[in-house]
Amino acid sequence: MEDLVNVVDWSRLQFALTAIVHWLFVPLTIGLSLIIGIMETAYYRTRNEKWRRITKFWMTLFGINFACGVATGLILEFEFGTNWSNYSWFVGDIFGAPLAIEGIVAFFMESTFIAVMFFGWKRVSPGFHLAATWLTAIGVCLSALWILVANAWMQHPTGMEFDPDQMRNVMVSFSDVVFSPVAINKFFHTVLSGWVLGAVFVVGVSCWLILKKRNLDFALSSIKVAGAVGLAGIVLTMWTGDGSAVQVSKHQPMKLAAMEGLYAGSEGQSLVAFGIINPDKKPLDDQEAIFAEISIPKGLSLLAKHDLDAFVPGIDDLLRGYAVNEAGDTVYKDVSYADRIAMGRAAQQALRDYGSSLEMGDSVAMAQAKAAIDANFKYFGYGYLDAPEDAVPPVAVSFYSFRVMVTAGGYLLLFFLAVAWVSWRRKVNLLSNKWFCFLGLLTIPIVWICSEAGWVLAEMGRQPWTIEGLLPVNAAVSSVSAGSVQTTFWLFVLIFSALLVAEISIMVRHIRRKATTDLLNGPEN
Amino acid sequence: MRKILQLPKRIVRFYVDGFKSMTIGKKLWAIIIIKLIVIFGVLKLFFFPDMLKSHYDTDAQRAEAVRTALTAPRQ
Repeated sequence: MEDLVNVVDWSRLQFALTAIVHWLFVPLTIGLSLIIGIMETAYYRTRNEKWRRITKFWMTLFGINFACGVATGLILEFEFGTNWSNYSWFVGDIFGAPLAIEGIVAFFMESTFIAVMFFGWKRVSPGFHLAATWLTAIGVCLSALWILVANAWMQHPTGMEFDPDQMRNVMVSFSDVVFSPVAINKFFHTVLSGWVLGAVFVVGVSCWLILKKRNLDFALSSIKVAGAVGLAGIVLTMWTGDGSAVQVSKHQPMKLAAMEGLYAGSEGQSLVAFGIINPDKKPLDDQEAIFAEISIPKGLSLLAKHDLDAFVPGIDDLLRGYAVNEAGDTVYKDVSYADRIAMGRAAQQALRDYGSSLEMGDSVAMAQAKAAIDANFKYFGYGYLDAPEDAVPPVAVSFYSFRVMVTAGGYLLLFFLAVAWVSWRRKVNLLSNKWFCFLGLLTIPIVWICSEAGWVLAEMGRQPWTIEGLLPVNAAVSSVSAGSVQTTFWLFVLIFSALLVAEISIMVRHIRRKATTDLLNGPEN
Repeated sequence: MRKILQLPKRIVRFYVDGFKSMTIGKKLWAIIIIKLIVIFGVLKLFFFPDMLKSHYDTDAQRAEAVRTALTAPRQ
């Protein structure tokens, strides 16, 4: 904590805290809304009371999570305006448009149909109620879409032009922003991971019921639905994760190199399965990067380029702007980071000149400055860096968060294969398997760790940038005092802790209270 | 026509009856309302002003402020 002395670090820490807490609620909302939709569809098709009661139980837990999580995302928007005002202005309508759509969609779709979901059981027809449940699930996904589009733009800015008059980026192609491959991939990867998280939650709570020897039929039916959702979700999440790796390799090669702890790339590059990052390793020095390394041959080339022999550049190759293989052939060529810094500074000088010309009303000088800005704008943000090495993300955090995500993801695949096998095969009695039920409970925290690790990788791997290549965090921050950000940081710690305690205690109390009743045949309230 | 005219009344009654029949929902609504009061009535009001909007009157002034901040000579 001693290093956290400046406003940039405190603002980043505050944003990270808010985003991490927000993301505790969101994936559960996404996953449970789908599972509830499937359960209610089973009720609608069979008119079996069992499914209506199962739906209502999980719907209440969905409601508790929604109530505790709703509006925590708004705090992020406050932070943009106060702590990150340069960034907020600079992104212009690229961020504003998707967030405005998100606000409207979230308000109208979710608030309207959630009310029908909870209040409408005896007031509307079963078909209308089912439609409301599915529209809530779709609304939840659409809300996620717009914020993920905005985040994807920060990873890979596209579909905009910089206007030096307004000092902001102006959207020139809505479709380029929305249908950017990074955005599409991010959306599906995130939503599908929400399915997995919701499924683990349902399986875990059902396992607790089984351990307590209560409501066994209820628990097994819930596990069957959630197990199928979880298995489909984890397979598709892995597939989109593969797509994410390809996108990162194309648009954020420095992030890919950092998450692999790779300094000197090669053709047929291996993937580190296990290793310990050398904390003293610096770019362009001769030290070993990873200790006790166990690698999968050609794994990274396959993952990032879908080609076993492709060259994957490392941090040193990217900084230098070229790489040569053992045979002396140039296998990688791009603009060196030293040149990027020079071009970024040229763009910034041109922007300064543009401002002076604007003040004097010199349109010729403005046009010349604008041409210089346009020519160098791609590397605008590099002008804020002191040295090429400043563009390297925190390697250890990126490396370990990637491995936590992938290891936990691999475990979740095995877990859902086991769930599918034991819940659908009649010969195996899941209900008597205590260890399996403990495993189900234990998997609840694991899936959240996996999900948060994915975001830590996405956001820490993008450092030092808020917008890749265009605006680093130290230029994006407002001129506010570190003290004021510290105050609100600790205030958030207090508020978020209270919210989490409230959510967990209400959920646990609800589950415990309900577990003592016969959920399928007892009285309803 | 009569049905259409009664629609707003029916919607209001739908929500009122729904809220009245809630059990755990009352606690949840209390959380939501307290949270919104804290977010908008305390955090937004006292701790999170929009820096550019509160310091400058026009978009041109805000753009100039950002230009100055982003092109300030490097220390």
